[in-house]
Amino acid sequence: MITKKDVDHVALLGRLELTGEENDMYTRQLNDILGHFQNLERLDTDHIQPTAHVLPLKNVFREDVVGRHISREEALANCPDRHENFFKVPRIV
Amino acid sequence: MQLFMRTAHELHDLMMKKEISAEELSKAVFDRIESAEDKIGAFITRTTENAFKRARAVDRQIQSGEKIVPLAGIPLAIKDNICTSGILTTAGSKILSNFVPPYSATVVERFDAAGAAMVGKTNLDEFAMGSSTENSAFFVTRNPWNTSKVPGGSSGGSAAAVAAGEAVCALGSDTGGSIRQPASFCGVVGMKPTYGAVSRYGLIAYASSLDQIGPLARDVTDCALMMNVICGHDQLDSTSAQYQAQDYTGFLRDDVRGMRFGVPEEYMAEGIDPAVRAVIIKAMERLESLGAIVEYTTLPHTEYALPTYYMIAPAEASSNLARYDGVRYGIRAEDAEDVIDMFMKTRSKGFGNEVKRRIMLGTYALSAGYYDAYYLKALKVRTLIKEDFDRAFEKYDLLLSPVSPTTAFRIGEKTDDPLQMYLSDVCTISVNLAGIPGISIPCGFVDGMPVGLQLMGRHFDEGTLLRAAYTFEQNTDYHKHYPEL
Repeated sequence: MITKKDVDHVALLGRLELTGEENDMYTRQLNDILGHFQNLERLDTDHIQPTAHVLPLKNVFREDVVGRHISREEALANCPDRHENFFKVPRIV
Repeated sequence: MQLFMRTAHELHDLMMKKEISAEELSKAVFDRIESAEDKIGAFITRTTENAFKRARAVDRQIQSGEKIVPLAGIPLAIKDNICTSGILTTAGSKILSNFVPPYSATVVERFDAAGAAMVGKTNLDEFAMGSSTENSAFFVTRNPWNTSKVPGGSSGGSAAAVAAGEAVCALGSDTGGSIRQPASFCGVVGMKPTYGAVSRYGLIAYASSLDQIGPLARDVTDCALMMNVICGHDQLDSTSAQYQAQDYTGFLRDDVRGMRFGVPEEYMAEGIDPAVRAVIIKAMERLESLGAIVEYTTLPHTEYALPTYYMIAPAEASSNLARYDGVRYGIRAEDAEDVIDMFMKTRSKGFGNEVKRRIMLGTYALSAGYYDAYYLKALKVRTLIKEDFDRAFEKYDLLLSPVSPTTAFRIGEKTDDPLQMYLSDVCTISVNLAGIPGISIPCGFVDGMPVGLQLMGRHFDEGTLLRAAYTFEQNTDYHKHYPEL
């Protein structure tokens, strides 16, 4: 059972600010959805390997050489605020 | 028939015979967009200049006697979660409402090289999260067959554009059915290729182990031509498979004699609208009459696919969407006290309800104390679901089912109940969990709304899927019906 306090905690982890109404809604809906998930507990999976990825891929390596890349100006073109060649953000400490 | 309703391969032939020019074709499609778009709402952005520039370049090639490749000059729509250099790419989200990518996705580069004329960027559920395109932050897209109904989703704009003649073909992305379900609802062909067959470079990530780009087209031949352009290894995507690209049109043979089709009984059980089931049974009989062997089979873990998907996809999404923080791109909320406050305010303002819901669900599933019970459990059940398919493909060449339990539903019908909305993906999500290819082709109508037939195949066996789909299409005429606007 997920409580409103859990929802507040998860929202903080996910960097979301919820209104009281939103908290109510997500508390109800997350409980509904996770209730549906309880069905999986019927399955014994103790000896089953998890599948994170369906292809038998290993780490893909390449030579460490400079490839094509976008320019600094292009990389900065979409940022809301900049200072010279840096992304600018509000006060951190 | 009007130009904007013809297939790409017919239009190619007309251009080669100089009966039409690529510019005339683009003009016909933009005139259609002009008259239909008020009713449909398929496009977030139109790229008119780009399309005409491309078309004129193709016309010059033809004039100078050069041979053009099959999709050169063909008006193409691109889902707005696929990056296009210098052209607004929003993912249907307020948080990216001003994002102009500095690079193009690999699939876009490949279509550019093939000379396709991009006409615009299509509407979608925000970050591809949804089954109706109602979750777009901008507007609702309407189904061309009945504008009070949804086009499906999340690639609803792409499917509606192709169905309404606002593009000849389109690219979509499919994480749990987002190409196949709208293709089914709008009566067009839609294919989700094998995971790894198409580069995801430049696709705005939702759930990286499930996402795959694929075609929406008017017929199976066009679908194969698009596959020829987009498939193949790309070193910019580390999950791109090392395999030899092939000419998929070589599989388009009118012959299913001796081909073995399994019909998972779980996909035909209660929950499937009886009228849809009847259409699917008729399609099974049609294939049998053409010499195929069609039998019922079982995928015993089917009932667990939906909860498994709705644990894995949100978990991956919560991680992928952490990047939207108002620092490097997108919108930023003003008046923040400090940087954390800026993140919180930006994300709360920039994301819609469904996206927040999935971030919350995924963050919860991955959080300390719950990881084993939820996320790890889901990954293990994913193994069981994949093994069901492995076993079925020992006996059958293909599996067959409906694409969705119902035809297109009414706008607003499911927006208040996320679980009901999730259930419309019940026939398509297992394909993504197993990483196999799937296709939706038109196979009939219920009350004037199209029904899609889903075929599912072995990893990298798109050829067999296309051959079966082509054979069905050659012996039926459902793909020749068009909505009247």
